[in-house]
Amino acid sequence: MLKIVKYAAAGLAASLPAASARAAWELNMPVGVTELSRDIYGLHMLIFWVCVVIGVLVFAAIIYSVAKFRHSEGAVPATFDHSTKAEVIWTIIPIAILVAMAIPAAATLVKIEDTRDSQLTVKVTGYQWKWHYEYLDQGVGFFSTLARTSDAARQLDSGIDPNSVPNYLLEVDNPLVVPVGTKVRVLLTAGDVIHAWWVPQFGMKKDAIPGFVNEIWFRADEVGIYRGQCAELCGRDHGFMPVVVDVRSQEDYESWLDAQQQAAAGQQPATAQVIDSAAATVAHAE
Amino acid sequence: MSNAHAQADQHAHGHAHEGHDHHGPEKGWRRWVFATNHKDIGTMYLLFSLLMFFVGGSMAMIIRAELFQPGLQLVDPMFFNSMTTMHALVMIFGAVMPAFVGLANWMLPLQVGAPDMALPRMNNFSFWILPFAFTLLLSTLFVPGGASAGGWTMYPPLALQTGAAFPMTIFAIHLMGASSIMGAINVIVTIMNMRAPGMSLLKMPMFVWGWLITAYLLIGVMPVLAGAVTMLLTDHYFATTFFEAAGGGDPVMYQHIFWFFGHPEVYIMILPAFGIVSEIVPTFSRKPLFGYDSMVYAIASIAFLSFIVWAHHMFTVGMPLAGQLFFMLATMLISVPTGVKVFNWTATMFKGSISFEAPMLFAISFLFLFTIGGFSGLMLAVVPADFQYHDTYFVVAHFHYVLVPGAVFAIMAAVYYWLPKWTGHMYNMTLAKTHFWLSAIFVNVLFFPQHFLGLAGMPRRIPDYNTQFADWNMVSSIGAFGFGLSQLLFAYIIFSSIRGGAKASDKVWDSGTPQGLEWTLSSPPPYHSFETAPEVK
Repeated sequence: MLKIVKYAAAGLAASLPAASARAAWELNMPVGVTELSRDIYGLHMLIFWVCVVIGVLVFAAIIYSVAKFRHSEGAVPATFDHSTKAEVIWTIIPIAILVAMAIPAAATLVKIEDTRDSQLTVKVTGYQWKWHYEYLDQGVGFFSTLARTSDAARQLDSGIDPNSVPNYLLEVDNPLVVPVGTKVRVLLTAGDVIHAWWVPQFGMKKDAIPGFVNEIWFRADEVGIYRGQCAELCGRDHGFMPVVVDVRSQEDYESWLDAQQQAAAGQQPATAQVIDSAAATVAHAE
Repeated sequence: MSNAHAQADQHAHGHAHEGHDHHGPEKGWRRWVFATNHKDIGTMYLLFSLLMFFVGGSMAMIIRAELFQPGLQLVDPMFFNSMTTMHALVMIFGAVMPAFVGLANWMLPLQVGAPDMALPRMNNFSFWILPFAFTLLLSTLFVPGGASAGGWTMYPPLALQTGAAFPMTIFAIHLMGASSIMGAINVIVTIMNMRAPGMSLLKMPMFVWGWLITAYLLIGVMPVLAGAVTMLLTDHYFATTFFEAAGGGDPVMYQHIFWFFGHPEVYIMILPAFGIVSEIVPTFSRKPLFGYDSMVYAIASIAFLSFIVWAHHMFTVGMPLAGQLFFMLATMLISVPTGVKVFNWTATMFKGSISFEAPMLFAISFLFLFTIGGFSGLMLAVVPADFQYHDTYFVVAHFHYVLVPGAVFAIMAAVYYWLPKWTGHMYNMTLAKTHFWLSAIFVNVLFFPQHFLGLAGMPRRIPDYNTQFADWNMVSSIGAFGFGLSQLLFAYIIFSSIRGGAKASDKVWDSGTPQGLEWTLSSPPPYHSFETAPEVK
């Protein structure tokens, strides 16, 4: 049924002249590029189809009754007003379905909560309205804010067509860079109000709460750039603090890390200054 | 029980006696300002709610107009956030809840065979608080810093950044809470003490049952909300640190307290709707409600479960595994009694003799669309999947499906069902059916695409979005404008029915078999409803 809707939507999209950009008319959740996101997608589709089956049965019964027992066609009402047997059946069957649903959900949840044996730890701090990424064991840290092109276009009556800006509102100056196939533990906190760090392709979102540390993990299986947004209302520019994660091969990641560490060590003063002031801001905020 | 009957008799006789002293209502403005009559107060509640429905609806139109296409065209992001916040507060506390209280005022005395509500002066007070509360709330749109913009949930620390609107909003919420608690007390006292002789609890109409349980929920949780926002107030002005980690507090504690109110609040807005649908479906199916007893037990179990599922609104805050599992299972469990209700309504229609007047059309679409909202609710209960759904448009779609074609459609069904009883005039059925079809089509154009937006990754409460979300947002906005405009028809139908129209008979639905004491009175009913208590067999 989803396919029919999908084809219908695709046909509709094709017939519209302004149908733009990638993923237009998107209907479903991304499968994602991590084990967890695939598990979550599986659970999502499982419960979706369970709902579809129940929905078809219930709606068919309603439609049948509405079509068949019409007063205008002289239907004579029956007089029954309960059936203990039927009521017991439609109490027990849903309970059985729920138990069947809860088991795989619980198994996935246990996996999600298992943050042991991570190979890289990044501390993510949410601020109004940017993210700070700190590689705890590598001595690298930087802020990640909305890209200038998007920022210019998103001003009220900017006159810039958002369609002309690549990755409008989903582009940052400095993305989080992580190696592919590595279990990355993300420690989440915030400096002012509550934010939430979310990359749909990784399947996970979690709140970044001032004064507390939350943790999640992901292991991206494919090189690529993955985009998400802050998912907890955090004030005026809540819609303008994207999350961008650049997943690179191990070598590319290491050369990037070297460059960052050298910059931090002061060999490239210009960049180092930026990072120093960033660190100072963090220290101040904390 | 016999004690209650004796009291009911006393009340009935007392009012019958009064009835000889002054015939009918006072003249002019005094009738409304000093109103103690349940019908006058009910009318004021309903008209107030209609006004707020349009105020909150206008805010929704601003939101959907800004989201019509990517880029910021109309409003500043801060004002956008104010609109989402105020839209929710106005619709929940100004439109849906007062509409149900208005229906309770009008219908409970008629349905239990009483002359009036038990506490008429408190009834007056609880209504007249509301215009002041909402004047205060809406006036924050004009104070420095603008209206509250931290969401209707007012999570700290963000809510503490609100300007002058902050104490005004909180005081307005306190007033609304006080009004709701008084309304709830009145409902409970009326139902417990003023039922007609012979009407045992399990003979009460379903609308009465829905409201009795709702009233207990209100008394249970409105003080919790008051406590939560008072702590916000002291955190802001009196240097307490309930919700501030630096002072040993916890911002997440606010969310726990808020949702301990918030989840029962969800059922406060749907249990009376269940009652309404349970009245209408049997009438137009010409067949008794299927499984009355299990319908009552289902409402009671939903009410009980509503107190132990609150944390499913906050799965992403980082809870222990055991906590997440508990709240997932408890939440899933709610679908069992809810399912029983949907199955029983279907079984009521099965082998009936169904006609499709406007109230029935709304009730049938309630069955379909509320069930869709129930399905997305079940999906949201699955914690791992909720990590994707949380705070996206999928959630927006979910709760609007249960609140608009759920609660609001039930309110409209109730208005179309009882309006001829209230005014004595039958409304224009063709127009009402037109209103139904426009509403039912546009509400789906409006909210169904929001499922897709959420799944594709669009967070809620954002004024602007990536171009990949442009298409469904445009569809949704078109649906919103259509739905909003259709409601003007609703207001027109109501007011023209108040002014005149074909005379309605006592039973109103002559082709149906409406059950209940309200249909034994004239249309409109006498000013003091039942001056002598009717006998229920």
